[in-house]
Amino acid sequence: MSAVNLAHPANAMNTPLPAAPSLQHQIEGRALRSILLTSLAWVSALLASVPLISVLYMLITRGGARLNLEVFTELPPAGFELGGGFGNALVGTFVMVIIGAAIAIPVGIMAAIFLAELGPYSRLAALARFAAKTLTGLPSILAGVFAYAMVVLTTGTYSAPAGGVALAVLMLPIVVLTAEEAMKMVPKIMKDAAYGMGSTNTQVILKVVLPTAMPAILTGVMLAVARAAGETAPLLFTALFSNYWIVDGGHLAAMSPTASLAVLIYNFSGMPFDNQLELAWAASLVLVLIVLVVNIASRIFGKPRF
Amino acid sequence: MNSLMKFAAFAAGVTLCAANPALAQEKVRLTGSGASFPAPIYLTWFKDLSKKNATMTVDYQSKGSGAGVQDFLNKTVDFAASDSAMKKEDIAKVAEGVQLLPMTAGEIVLAYNLPGNPKGLKLPRDVYSNIFLGKITKWNDPKIVAANPEIKLPDLPITVVRRADSSGTTAVFTMHLSAINPEFKKTLGEGNTVNWPATDKFVASPKNDGVTATVRQTPGAIGYIEYGFAKLAKVDFAQLQNKAGQYAAPGNGAATLAAVKLPEDMVAWLPDPDGAKSYPITSYTWMIFRKTNNDPAKVKAMHEMIEYGLTEGQKIADSMGYIPLPAVVVEQVRKAAANIK
Amino acid sequence: MNKPFTVALAPDSVCQPPSRTDIYVDRSFRFLARVGAIAILTLVVALVLEIGGKAVPGIQKYGFDFISGVVWDANTHRFGILPAIWGTLYSALMALLIGGFFGVSMAIFLTQDFLPPRLSAVFRIIIELLAAIPSVVYGLWGIFVVIPAILPLADWLNATLGAIPFFASTLSGPGLLPAALVLAIMILPTIAAVAQDALRAVPLKTKQAAYGMGATHWEAILRVMVPSAATGIFGALVLGLGRALGETMALAMLVGNSNQISLSLFSPANTLAALLALNFPEAGPNEVEVLMYAALVLMAITLVVNIAGSLLMSYAQRGNK
Repeated sequence: MSAVNLAHPANAMNTPLPAAPSLQHQIEGRALRSILLTSLAWVSALLASVPLISVLYMLITRGGARLNLEVFTELPPAGFELGGGFGNALVGTFVMVIIGAAIAIPVGIMAAIFLAELGPYSRLAALARFAAKTLTGLPSILAGVFAYAMVVLTTGTYSAPAGGVALAVLMLPIVVLTAEEAMKMVPKIMKDAAYGMGSTNTQVILKVVLPTAMPAILTGVMLAVARAAGETAPLLFTALFSNYWIVDGGHLAAMSPTASLAVLIYNFSGMPFDNQLELAWAASLVLVLIVLVVNIASRIFGKPRF
Repeated sequence: MNSLMKFAAFAAGVTLCAANPALAQEKVRLTGSGASFPAPIYLTWFKDLSKKNATMTVDYQSKGSGAGVQDFLNKTVDFAASDSAMKKEDIAKVAEGVQLLPMTAGEIVLAYNLPGNPKGLKLPRDVYSNIFLGKITKWNDPKIVAANPEIKLPDLPITVVRRADSSGTTAVFTMHLSAINPEFKKTLGEGNTVNWPATDKFVASPKNDGVTATVRQTPGAIGYIEYGFAKLAKVDFAQLQNKAGQYAAPGNGAATLAAVKLPEDMVAWLPDPDGAKSYPITSYTWMIFRKTNNDPAKVKAMHEMIEYGLTEGQKIADSMGYIPLPAVVVEQVRKAAANIK
Repeated sequence: MNKPFTVALAPDSVCQPPSRTDIYVDRSFRFLARVGAIAILTLVVALVLEIGGKAVPGIQKYGFDFISGVVWDANTHRFGILPAIWGTLYSALMALLIGGFFGVSMAIFLTQDFLPPRLSAVFRIIIELLAAIPSVVYGLWGIFVVIPAILPLADWLNATLGAIPFFASTLSGPGLLPAALVLAIMILPTIAAVAQDALRAVPLKTKQAAYGMGATHWEAILRVMVPSAATGIFGALVLGLGRALGETMALAMLVGNSNQISLSLFSPANTLAALLALNFPEAGPNEVEVLMYAALVLMAITLVVNIAGSLLMSYAQRGNK
């Protein structure tokens, strides 16, 4: 821009020809268009922030109004009952995310080690990388369909493990791809130094690569956890929902339907009763807070140390 | 890495515990799923029962009658609930035998949402059947205006809210419409799902809850729901013309039920009841059990649950918008429940 | 085997040859890593086989008619998913149009020196937060905020411009437009993030050259930066489309679930994912096979789009190197 402005007066002085005013017009036109486009960019950026502000406003005003200790300790209201909470759904969400993580994290990190360190250029790695990328785009409902066919129909019941398997399918590709990226970022010199001391592959990976890449790997794990915590579709017909605690009268009702926050929100959002709607908003607020805390934690963990 | 390993080990431990059925034997948990029509009353019963009876919990999920029967066939639940009973061919698929028990009854109302919330809209038989055929499409249709001289009807399209899922409420409602309108019987017929007219003005919502919520949210909407939902969600519902030509409001169904005798299989329909005061769309709703169950603890719990429903449960039915079972029917159900072993 | 090492080592060296246990551990560790990689492959194969295998009876029974059919009626065993395919594509493309415009503008806005770094970090966090909100919360918000907000606008558009097929019907609560709007917000973060990466990957020299030739800020952006990053931005749009096609819950709550094909933005519609979410829990064996067929179609559509997206991305990355 400045270059054009500098050139302009010189041009105008040396050539008092009819061409000069037209050049000036052109410059004004260009400047005008720049201003227009800049304002357009501002407007669209602000417009894009409106939904977030609106969602947060609704969550805080409508969900916050109902948020109290009772919602964390009580069971969901039955039918037309007043009061109640979603304590069991909160526990259910935690249990299923932990089951999902217990499957996805070890498998995912081992796979990432293979992809990044052991055979990055092998055919198996290329195929597995492609598979992981394909899985990231898998509609979450299909993970539910899969877990239904694999777990629910074979065990004969809706259950927390079935929900956990469905969530693991969604978490796995995130863990694999971020962990692979993280390990690739580890400087080659560090590895070479370790190899030079006669370390085995395993020693290099466990003592050099993993500790160095750990913050970034944790970021990936956290992102996967955050995504899983908010998923509804895969739980609809794997874990279903329950009106009771998963630990009930001193025993663990593991192989029976299990509640989750996301499914509770879905169920209650379609209800015509104000009490359930208020709880749906309060549960949404809690769910968003959990997801945000995990996201922020991933940022704090994820600060690169090298 | 170390902490990660520990975490993984802990998580694996949780999964192992979870998969160990030996831990899950002290307290009986019955799971059921199905109809959303009786869900509010069932959930209230079960919550109260689980509180009073320390040895059992009953976990019921409202998914729609079709889903309940399907869960029952897949053996993913201990019992199901359905407003449309169970098809013969489905019953034949269950080797253990099937026992149907009517547990309560209810009325289906046409809930509507009109500007100014006028109460007591009257709908003649040919009008409401034609609305659901997609033939009457405006609220100020001359036929509606003629039946409601005292209500100012707006020039608003009628949005019909129907069920998105497989529903016993739909089955009962379409059975009634087929009984009163031959054209409905010919083009749509009856069933848990029917092929509704595909127009812009037919929208679908899941479960009784969803239909009620959509009607409440949409000006100009009409939908079919269980009376209790309309009563408690405070939506307006129409008076319908019955077989005798009178306009009747829901809320006094006991007499209607008493007029019908339950046969041996405990399934009776009232597609279009007689009687000048009868509300035209009334139906029983059933729980479905296997006759032979191999877990004695569960059988005991089932009997306790049924007995609770027949005694304590009937007391709250009226206040929640359901019809208490006539005393004769209660006795019949109690006798039939003995078949569940 | 150990000998050459022992010779080379001084007694006080930190270097040690691998012991027998080390070698054993190494072998099993490598084996486990390979198993991990194979597990991912197996998972994808199992997904395809499980869904495809269960769809086979449906495919044999209904064949191509299933895809071109417009009726879904379990009573008469007539199943067709053309309306659902139409709704899936229509809602996703509408969302892409809106979300793509805002996403790419946001990416330009954040990468092309419009804002001081601190402020642009704020906007970046806003976008990332949008991505973190669960689908079901968007659905809830859509029902209670978006639908009431656009109802008057929809009525006005229908009354004044009803002759245009896009506005040919009145909005009665749930419908295609509210679904597409919410979907647009949901895919915006994906598009913005990937497009930002693409724009950042353009070498600084390119921009400097444009300025050097006297281009204005926007001329440099629109004529130099965006075309240089075009493949990456296009990839971002395709990935956003892939996300929109597979989104389930918000759509099941907002789209109206009505099996019809209409150009009108205000008509209720249906999508493949919503069809699965609502019908799967109650499906009998006859219906499971057709739903698996529908799931297979959904998987095929999203796979093609996502693979196209990632191929474009890797092509763009290679182009920049």
